Amino acid sequence: MSGRTEQVAAVAAPTQDAAHDKTRDGTGGGAEELLAVQDLHQHFAARSGVWSRLGRGAPSVTKAVDGVTLAVRRGETVGLVGESGCGKSTLSRCAAGLYTPTSGSVRYAGQTLHGAPTRQQRRLVQMVFQDPYSSLNPRMTVGQTLGEVLRYHQVVPRGAVPARVRELVDLVGLPPRAVDQLPRSFSGGQRQRIGIARALALEPKVLIADEPVSALDVSVQANIINLLLDLKQTLGLSMLFVSHNMAVVRQISDRVAVMHDGVVVEEGATAEVFARPRDAYTRLLLSSVPRLSTQRIPAVDAELR
Amino acid sequence: MTASPTGLTGPAGARAASGPGSPGAPLLELHDVDVEIPLPGGTLHAVRGVSLTASAGQSVGLVGESGSGKSLTLRAAMDLLPVPARITGGSIVVGGVDVTGMAPARRREHLSSRMAMIFQDALTALNPTMRVGDQVAEVPRLRLGMSRSAARARAVDLLAQVGIRDPENRYRAFPHELSGGMRQRICIAIALSAEPGLILADEPTTALDVTIQAQVLGVLAGLRREKGVGMVLVTHDLAVVSGTCEELNVMYAGRIVEHGRTEVLLDAPRHPYTAALLRSVPDPDQPVHRLLTIPGQPPDLMQATTPCPFAPRCPAQVERCLTEVPPLASVGHGHHSACWRADEPQEWPGAIGEVAVEGLRA
Repeated sequence: MSGRTEQVAAVAAPTQDAAHDKTRDGTGGGAEELLAVQDLHQHFAARSGVWSRLGRGAPSVTKAVDGVTLAVRRGETVGLVGESGCGKSTLSRCAAGLYTPTSGSVRYAGQTLHGAPTRQQRRLVQMVFQDPYSSLNPRMTVGQTLGEVLRYHQVVPRGAVPARVRELVDLVGLPPRAVDQLPRSFSGGQRQRIGIARALALEPKVLIADEPVSALDVSVQANIINLLLDLKQTLGLSMLFVSHNMAVVRQISDRVAVMHDGVVVEEGATAEVFARPRDAYTRLLLSSVPRLSTQRIPAVDAELR
Repeated sequence: MTASPTGLTGPAGARAASGPGSPGAPLLELHDVDVEIPLPGGTLHAVRGVSLTASAGQSVGLVGESGSGKSLTLRAAMDLLPVPARITGGSIVVGGVDVTGMAPARRREHLSSRMAMIFQDALTALNPTMRVGDQVAEVPRLRLGMSRSAARARAVDLLAQVGIRDPENRYRAFPHELSGGMRQRICIAIALSAEPGLILADEPTTALDVTIQAQVLGVLAGLRREKGVGMVLVTHDLAVVSGTCEELNVMYAGRIVEHGRTEVLLDAPRHPYTAALLRSVPDPDQPVHRLLTIPGQPPDLMQATTPCPFAPRCPAQVERCLTEVPPLASVGHGHHSACWRADEPQEWPGAIGEVAVEGLRA
């Protein structure tokens, strides 16, 4: 256990300084890095059946993440964008310690992960999942879901758990009666708030959000984005925000990394990447985003009438 | 697929006089259509008096959030309502003929020869055990009575039309061998195979990546331009309809609350819900301090709603909104709004969102 306590001390030590570091310049400045992946590879081998083993040729390997280096520094939100299959979700799951990478390393506040993160390391980085319908236990009330996390990680003394649950529910903007309700009585946006509360229960420094608003309606999506922006400010959270939605990433990120075929093709300050994309794929991605403009309509009309 | 003739009302055949195929005549007209879903706990009144018209070469958008009844409206038009749901009022006129009183088999025949539908999930819409080409050739062969080889040639031609490269070889592919965008193109080819005048598209690009979405929308726009195919596009994505449709219908709680030409409606919305919805869409080109949101939640459609269903969430609410149903009335130039204060948008309290800006950020 002593090894673990040392780790915690190392994790906790540098948190005091650089609290107000702004990383809007895109270089990250001198801010301390909280979550980093270094030359990360995650390959999946296709399940090899009898026939493929009898045949010649190497087993097929999917290189979901193929050499990515990325860091999230204190107080900054890094947007990870790309299309389906580009490896962004695999990368975020590696970063959350849900997969053990094929090669390369994941560091939490300077500490390299060896295999699964320890209980203490898990408290540092937490994840919010895409689907608020399947990521909650349908038979546990919100209070039970949050209470379980708090008790398992011994975040607060047992007696203080109910009070902390109420605080968390309030923090994410749910009514107090939500504590005793089951997930089925909530709408999609409210469920996503529960998911966020569960992640925040451990008071993490970094939140990994994998497509947290993709399953939601626009007006609800705006609510959740605003909530994340508020939490970032009030709690000083750092975030790895994974999304395929360029418009959402634009709103929430300080820096953006664009992923394509398992590698990061472009990385930089959000405004810079959106204004002057250097990579051809980034340009294609940006030009494909549908925009709320009426300018294209007259052109179509002219040809029609 | 169950035809649901129960409880159909309306003047059957009354509009048949105009005759099908007359130029400029609307291909699809919905008049005051109601859809109800009987559920164990009561009846969910999902679509409430929706009227809609679509003509050849015209693209009409139907936008709204989940639960607003937009998909059910489309499915009611195509007679594809999911099982317990049924049409309880209004009439549906297709190609000048009122189909509401027709025998189910005839109605299906009538509808499917004039309209075709594309669904959100192309993988489940396709038959996984059949080669995609054969699926495209099915309608020409069985419905249009073409020979095997003629139907095959037609299918290859259709595949080429929806932008599939090397259609001869792709003909033999199975759905699982194709990407999402390709599958959706196959669905579009199938929809086109019966030579419909109108395509009903239910969230056709929602499951696709942005680059693929742009391609599929391009294919649909091309068909409209070159072949004069009309389109009704149902989506929750305002940005998608703004670039695709000339006319928009905004739905809220089962009703159309605003209708008008796209550029007018986006530029100067005359219903507070549209205004709020537009401002909650994040702009990829311009980060804002804070996104604007709509407080509260849409009403439960199993209960009676307030006369104006948006009133409880509306910043411009006045007493009349709680006592009288606002009709979908003209506010000029083919622009309609179901709001008592549609004529004074400048008077609406500065909004919905500015309140939020003051909120937590302050």
